Amino acid sequence: MFELLFLVPVIPFASFLWLATLGPRSSRRMVAVVGVGSIAACTVISLLITGSYLASPPAGGSYTQVLWTWIAVGRFTPQVAFYLDALSLIMMLVVSFVSFIIHLYSAEFMLEDEGYSRFFAYMNLFVASMITLVLANNLLLLYLGWEGVGLCSYLLIGFWYQDSANGAAAQKAFIVTRVGDTAFAIGLFLLFTHLGTLDIQELMHRAAQQWAVGSALAIAAAALLLGGAVGKSAQLPLQTWLPDAMAGPTPTSALIHAATMVTAGVYLIARTHVLFSLAPPAQFAVAIVGAATLLLAGCSALVQSDIKRVLAYSTISQIGYMFLALGVGAWSAAIFHLMTHAFFKALLFLVAGIVIQALHHEHDVFKMGGLRKDLPYAFWGFVIGGSALGGLPLITAGFYSKDLILWQAWSSAQGSEALWAAGIIGVLLTSLYIYRLIFLVFYGDKKMEVAHRPGWQIKVPVVVLSVLAIIGGFVNLPPGLGNVRAFTNLLSSALPAIAETRASAMSEGLSAGISAAAFAIGLLAAYVLFVRRRTVSQKLASTALGRALHRFWFADWGMDWLYDRAFVRPVIWFTNIDRKDFIDSFYSGLAHLSEFSWRALRTTENGRVRWYAAWITAGAVIFVALVLWT
Amino acid sequence: MNVIAFYIAAAIAIVTTLLVITRKNAVQALLYLALSLISVAVVFFDLGAPFVAALEVIIYAGSIIVLFIFVVMMLNLGKRATLAEGRLLQPRMWIGPTIFAAILIGEVAYLLARGNATAAAAHLVSPKEVGMALYGPYLIGVELSSFLLMSALVGAYHLGWHKQPKPETEDVGREYSTRIDAGRDTVRAGSSRPAGAP
Amino acid sequence: MLAGILFALGVAGLLVRRNLVFILMSIEIMLNAAGLAFVTAGARWAQADGQVMFIFILAMAASEVSVGLALVLQLYHQNRSLDADEASEMRG
Repeated sequence: MFELLFLVPVIPFASFLWLATLGPRSSRRMVAVVGVGSIAACTVISLLITGSYLASPPAGGSYTQVLWTWIAVGRFTPQVAFYLDALSLIMMLVVSFVSFIIHLYSAEFMLEDEGYSRFFAYMNLFVASMITLVLANNLLLLYLGWEGVGLCSYLLIGFWYQDSANGAAAQKAFIVTRVGDTAFAIGLFLLFTHLGTLDIQELMHRAAQQWAVGSALAIAAAALLLGGAVGKSAQLPLQTWLPDAMAGPTPTSALIHAATMVTAGVYLIARTHVLFSLAPPAQFAVAIVGAATLLLAGCSALVQSDIKRVLAYSTISQIGYMFLALGVGAWSAAIFHLMTHAFFKALLFLVAGIVIQALHHEHDVFKMGGLRKDLPYAFWGFVIGGSALGGLPLITAGFYSKDLILWQAWSSAQGSEALWAAGIIGVLLTSLYIYRLIFLVFYGDKKMEVAHRPGWQIKVPVVVLSVLAIIGGFVNLPPGLGNVRAFTNLLSSALPAIAETRASAMSEGLSAGISAAAFAIGLLAAYVLFVRRRTVSQKLASTALGRALHRFWFADWGMDWLYDRAFVRPVIWFTNIDRKDFIDSFYSGLAHLSEFSWRALRTTENGRVRWYAAWITAGAVIFVALVLWT
Repeated sequence: MNVIAFYIAAAIAIVTTLLVITRKNAVQALLYLALSLISVAVVFFDLGAPFVAALEVIIYAGSIIVLFIFVVMMLNLGKRATLAEGRLLQPRMWIGPTIFAAILIGEVAYLLARGNATAAAAHLVSPKEVGMALYGPYLIGVELSSFLLMSALVGAYHLGWHKQPKPETEDVGREYSTRIDAGRDTVRAGSSRPAGAP
Repeated sequence: MLAGILFALGVAGLLVRRNLVFILMSIEIMLNAAGLAFVTAGARWAQADGQVMFIFILAMAASEVSVGLALVLQLYHQNRSLDADEASEMRG
């Protein structure tokens, strides 16, 4: 069964080619069948491979399928090869399944759009690139997938290209992630130069052998890879692109900017965890980045008015949790949260899409209200997804994954109480903003009429994801509740387990209890502020401090303004100076010189015989003189 | 060799050549050119080359200049052309060519002064010797010059023959021929004068 | 020396005059001067070669004159003038 591994990236790629060339001329039904069907095939094959892996795991816990040698230059021989171990198995399964669900949803959601086949083409290319990224056995192939998903992100954010604002958002996404990609590339160069290979397993092996813990090279390489991950996963300081990326279609936001692409950074760090273990300062930086980001994004989500932007900041915040987990060494906890986050965030985006479509593409939350009865699927989807996001105790997947992270943030050797506390505050903020969103949209007075009800292709994915958001956490239960460790056990073959050494004053149950309390406080506060006494929240917001904070957090803590002043303006100033392109004038000067000499020579061909005769005699005179005097 | 005769002939040659290139009237210039050629022939004779002296006079002065004169007269430019020529021949146009000429003369003088030019022996090269040389080692040159002359003949004939221009006065001619005996007094094709005009 | 002077005069005349006939005349002057130089050289060493060269030059001059004058006639018929500068259609 493992031999079918290569089909998982190849099928979406083939369907991309078909959709790109023949798609525009096919009917909508055909396009949908091909587009969704390819991902369905992917999912089926992933499930088969998973079954095979669980039933009879391959030797050493991993299986490599080499397709061909990509480049062969001296010692540099990266291959096109796919590496299947527990980590990439989980990732592949999550990516293909969630993609399939979202493709099914978008078959109906994008039905009225005239770029139907273009959309599915881009989405399929995206899935192909993401699977390549996840399954790559060397960092170069991973980088190929990395760039591929970046490209598809650009194409899909700017999908409605007639509006130039969308193009600008797409450019912003691409350029900001490019900064991260450059750091990643430099990290690759460094790794290859010093360790001689880019094959991941081999690389980890050699790094552990040749680099001592804390060596400068390891720190540098890890820091550069962290830079790449920060860019792609929209963490501090490169998070500014994700809120603007909401300009793309909702299924895109669901798939790329919630469930899969933004988690690529998390995957990268998990894959190269050996490197990070060798560089404690870099790992600590990961944790700091995660903690800072989750707080910052949580605050920003609190004051947003666009329904999708709230969810975007929420994504940034949750990935901050994953980075926090990676930073304290809780590798499998991070992947666990990645999986559950994929479920409930995709669910949230899909139901947000239902609301938006139902209200004629209205995004402003303050114009919505009272939709509880009209859009039941959306309402329940939001409730289940939002509760999973906040971490409603015991019955949602998010509770289990987030608690695992919080507990290990406290108890791990690299953890600290401060990081744990940041996580707890994050829980409070999370439940506050998500319930704010739910109450604003679904409770209160109805302000707009519902125009469009969802069909089965939208309802089914919502139901499926809701179910997963509930039961998805049951694969890993804390000791107090059954001590199921299926997930972490599966991953232990790929990611080392964490040593919980600092369990002094806290136990896992106590930590879970405190986070549940934080969740409840947030829910209650949201209920009070936004359902019972709306006036109180409005009065709070209109105080001087409230207004200032509102503006500050609305603008993402001023980061866009900062980047504009620090980077964008100097570049524009310089390019204005270079407007006449004086650097290029050397080359255009050459062209002008040849043109000038052409003009000069042209005047000699004037057809006047006497003129020619004069020049001949002059030449003869000079020639004779030369002969005489040399 | 007779030095005085040489210097007189040389002086005449230079003066007449100068006059040739400064005349406005073409025919005058040609006549001066003939004089120049004849004086050069005298120089030839003085150098001890009677054969070429004779050739110079007969062929160069005799036929080539005459050919020039024929063509000039055929062109029939008239007084207007002479005046136009005068307008064109401004003194300031002489500056450049004079400089060139002066440089050339200077170079030749320099060369001669540098080289060892001894006085020549006054030995007459008879026509017989020339003939022997022509039909001996230089035979091929003779053949080639016959080619050259043949091609020049054909070329000159072809280039000189020009199509008769279309008769613009066709109507007049036809009118004419109906009034007069058509068979005899037809308008000659190509002529721009109607038949009968003086 | 004389040949040199005559040649130089011929060059000057060629450069100054615009009338085609005069240009041809200047060419004749130059040819003659060259021939004079040849004959002088031949007489210097009392050989016939100089005269033979002169005969060839003469033949060449004759043919060149005939063809050149024919061309002048053609040009005159086309441009209606003997100005050398009028015949500058091959410019550019």
